[in-house]
Amino acid sequence: MFKRFFGKKRSTSTLVPIVEEKESLTIIVGAATDKGLVRDYNQDALFTLSAQVSQGQDLLPIGLYIVADGMGGEQDGDRASSLALRTVANWILHEIYEPFLTLGTAAGLRPINEVLTEAIVTANSKVQEQLPHGGTTLTCAFLLGTNAFIAHVGDSRAYLISRNSIRQLTKDHSLVNRLIELGQLTPEEAKTHPQRNVLYRAVGRSGNLEVDTYLQSLPTGSSLLLCCDGLWSAVTDDEILAIVNDSASPQMICRRLIAQANDHGGEDNITVVLIQVKG
Amino acid sequence: MAAGGVTRRGTTHLIDMGAEVMLTPGTVLQNRYEILGVVGSGGMAIVYKARDRRFEKASRICAVKEMFNAAADARLRDLYRQQFDREANVLASLNHPAVLKVFDYFSEGERVYLVTEFIEGKSLEQIINESNGPIEQEKVIDWAIQICDVLIYLHNHKPNPVIFRDLKPSNVMLNEFGQIVMIDFGIAKVFQGEQRGTMIGTEGYTPPEQYRGAAEPRGDLYALGATMHYLLTKHNPQEEPPFTFHERPIRQINPQVSEGLEAVVMHALEYEIDKRFASAEEFKQALLALSRPSSLIAAPDGGVAPARAQAGGVPATVAFATSTLSFSETGNVLPVWEFACEDEITSSPTVVDGVLYVGSYDHNLYALNAKNGSFLWKYPTEDGISSSPCVWEHLVIFGSEDRMIYALTKENGRIVWTSPTRDRVHSSPRVALAHVFVGSDDHCLYNLDARNGRQVWKFEVEDRIRSSPCIHEGIVYFGSDDASVYALDIQTAKLKWKCSVNRPVLSSPTVHEGMVFIGSMDWNLYAIDAQAGWVVWKTRTKGRIVSSPAVSESLGLVYIGSQDGHVYAYDYSRGREVWRAETKGPIGSSPRVTAEAVYIGSSDGHLYCLDARNGELRWKFYANSGIVSTPAFADNMVYVAARNGRVYAFLP
Repeated sequence: MFKRFFGKKRSTSTLVPIVEEKESLTIIVGAATDKGLVRDYNQDALFTLSAQVSQGQDLLPIGLYIVADGMGGEQDGDRASSLALRTVANWILHEIYEPFLTLGTAAGLRPINEVLTEAIVTANSKVQEQLPHGGTTLTCAFLLGTNAFIAHVGDSRAYLISRNSIRQLTKDHSLVNRLIELGQLTPEEAKTHPQRNVLYRAVGRSGNLEVDTYLQSLPTGSSLLLCCDGLWSAVTDDEILAIVNDSASPQMICRRLIAQANDHGGEDNITVVLIQVKG
Repeated sequence: MAAGGVTRRGTTHLIDMGAEVMLTPGTVLQNRYEILGVVGSGGMAIVYKARDRRFEKASRICAVKEMFNAAADARLRDLYRQQFDREANVLASLNHPAVLKVFDYFSEGERVYLVTEFIEGKSLEQIINESNGPIEQEKVIDWAIQICDVLIYLHNHKPNPVIFRDLKPSNVMLNEFGQIVMIDFGIAKVFQGEQRGTMIGTEGYTPPEQYRGAAEPRGDLYALGATMHYLLTKHNPQEEPPFTFHERPIRQINPQVSEGLEAVVMHALEYEIDKRFASAEEFKQALLALSRPSSLIAAPDGGVAPARAQAGGVPATVAFATSTLSFSETGNVLPVWEFACEDEITSSPTVVDGVLYVGSYDHNLYALNAKNGSFLWKYPTEDGISSSPCVWEHLVIFGSEDRMIYALTKENGRIVWTSPTRDRVHSSPRVALAHVFVGSDDHCLYNLDARNGRQVWKFEVEDRIRSSPCIHEGIVYFGSDDASVYALDIQTAKLKWKCSVNRPVLSSPTVHEGMVFIGSMDWNLYAIDAQAGWVVWKTRTKGRIVSSPAVSESLGLVYIGSQDGHVYAYDYSRGREVWRAETKGPIGSSPRVTAEAVYIGSSDGHLYCLDARNGELRWKFYANSGIVSTPAFADNMVYVAARNGRVYAFLP
């Protein structure tokens, strides 16, 4: 539909490279989950899907990564996190991957943020219907090239990690976080506060769920970490940064993070997904 | 409202009050209280209607509240038992018409019972649930005054003040005479113990400081404020993030509420305890002042001004910030200088190194001294200029409706080169890496060598290109009237991606953080992933968009004008509207953003300067003719060109 004009060019100037060749990037992923040292069950769930599709000479990564931390009596917790996770993954496969693979282009694809939000809202209805006593956090990242689109409810977290810094991207929907925002508590105090686990927003607890969305471009050499509170409440940011920068692979990083959380007591289930952008 | 399963292991989050566990009608407790039926159940307790058989000949009805003392540990059980005893005794010592009377208490096995008077009526929770909308403010004020009376009684109780602690609509009843009765002094919470594992949902009525330590009487006042907020807005605090009442201004949700009442409630809901009412007496006085028929609404103690909307940015009426602007007698802002061309200007001025360049429909490109507006030179083309000039090294480059791209020397406007296209040029050229990129109405995007104008390549699409290209990291992005947004490799002109929208794209793209922002005549602002061309989000305005978006990095906002007359600011990562400001005419101009302000023109004849953070008007200038060009900002001065052919300069 558009004319290819290399043959039609009138001028004889040769194409002088004016921009350096971009190095092709690779995405490497690690993931691990552990029930910790104290709990009897693992109520966390995780999902990773790393796809790549060729686009001319480039490779376009299209990935989906989800962590969820369930809560509720007896078994409802792990059922809730599993159900929510599978519902979200299913929705995104159906609304993004399938049409893209069918049409071969992004034409006609719905806006990414809309689809991610809907996926979690749908999971919310399902959990409410099927598991009225259960609930779960859910943080998912959809990766397109080196852009991450994150949708999030609860107090699981996404972090952006680079050589020298670690930054939390998502906001915890917890009571103590609200108190921290108001200057009523310090983050240190929050770690031992009796109500540190109280959430004001979770998947499967009420209608009208509001989903937070974030957008983060991942520079070369950076990593995106998704984790549940079993990790961040037991391991400090500095420790996480050190482990990320000092390990041979994302899988190694995930194992070491879990070991570190267990070293610090392992009081909760621990779940981590690490996505690394390598130049 | 039953919940999960009783765990015999003792760390109970959710207590099961399944049907088999409840007492059946006919059961008699203590050989005296005959259960008639269940009247309610909550997370911690069940309430039955019962008859006290001690009074054989009379029908003495009472309420029996049943709670579980299910702690696993015997010591913990005893501890809870003692706490309960204490609470029950405090309750029993209270004597006030609006406080539920306690008649008896006892335990049977793991269950603990409290016998109280039976109230025929509904709780405020039931009342608000059954109501279609918020409750009338007269009723709310009346109930609040009654509650204050009870709190005055409780807080002044001797020997120790009694704190209600759990004041919320489900704990306040209205009896058959329309009088308030407070029930449930949180006594069931004695058995709650520490919560392990994650709990979902917060109380919503508890003030922030209460999570740090012991409750104090002023916490009850916050809870009353929260209760009033709920009754007046029908927004349940337990379903919202905690301590966010200020994000739901009462009068915005329920305009029937008076300013005075809103101020009183928000005063009670201040985050910091010392900023609230100091006592229930004070709260009551403020409420009484509202019900007086006088036209003056007394401000609550502490001189708090009526609350105003904070989030959601409803722009204020004209508020002139202090500045170095001077004003004419009519109050219109005065420019530092103005310059008249001979015809309309739709092109946007460009200011570089103290010189302002602008094209006009009078065929000329003008160069003016940016400080004082004095004329430097002009260059005549063969037709009108609506393209905005671009400066590169010693050249100023622009397109004209005479189909040519021109490059002139900055100093004196001497022609250096021209490059032909096959139709009018409305798009504005951009230079990257010594190459000029510009679109034309001839359906092509051109890549010209900036030094000599020689065409390196051209890329043809299916309709006019009036959008101006944007170059970022080796890719050039632009829109076309063919309803698509394109991304090309700048070296090879290879198409990286094409994103289709529903109507022509006249807007020019802006790239930020891996996303391309662009507007379309289909009324939408789009955020498109720069690498793959997928739409990440889109938001709809109420009119076509020809304006080009601008981004504030520091605030994380993207701004755009729409033909619906509004300027919008969106959170760039989610596309959620943060504020909007209204003008009186369609907006074709694009916003110009500095650290603190957004400048934009409107066809209503004004140049607006809005606060970048919240959209409030800082100042505006009336040019007496539409402004479709984008303002320029350089060396602390703002420049704008209007349809009347004038260029204005301001020092804001």
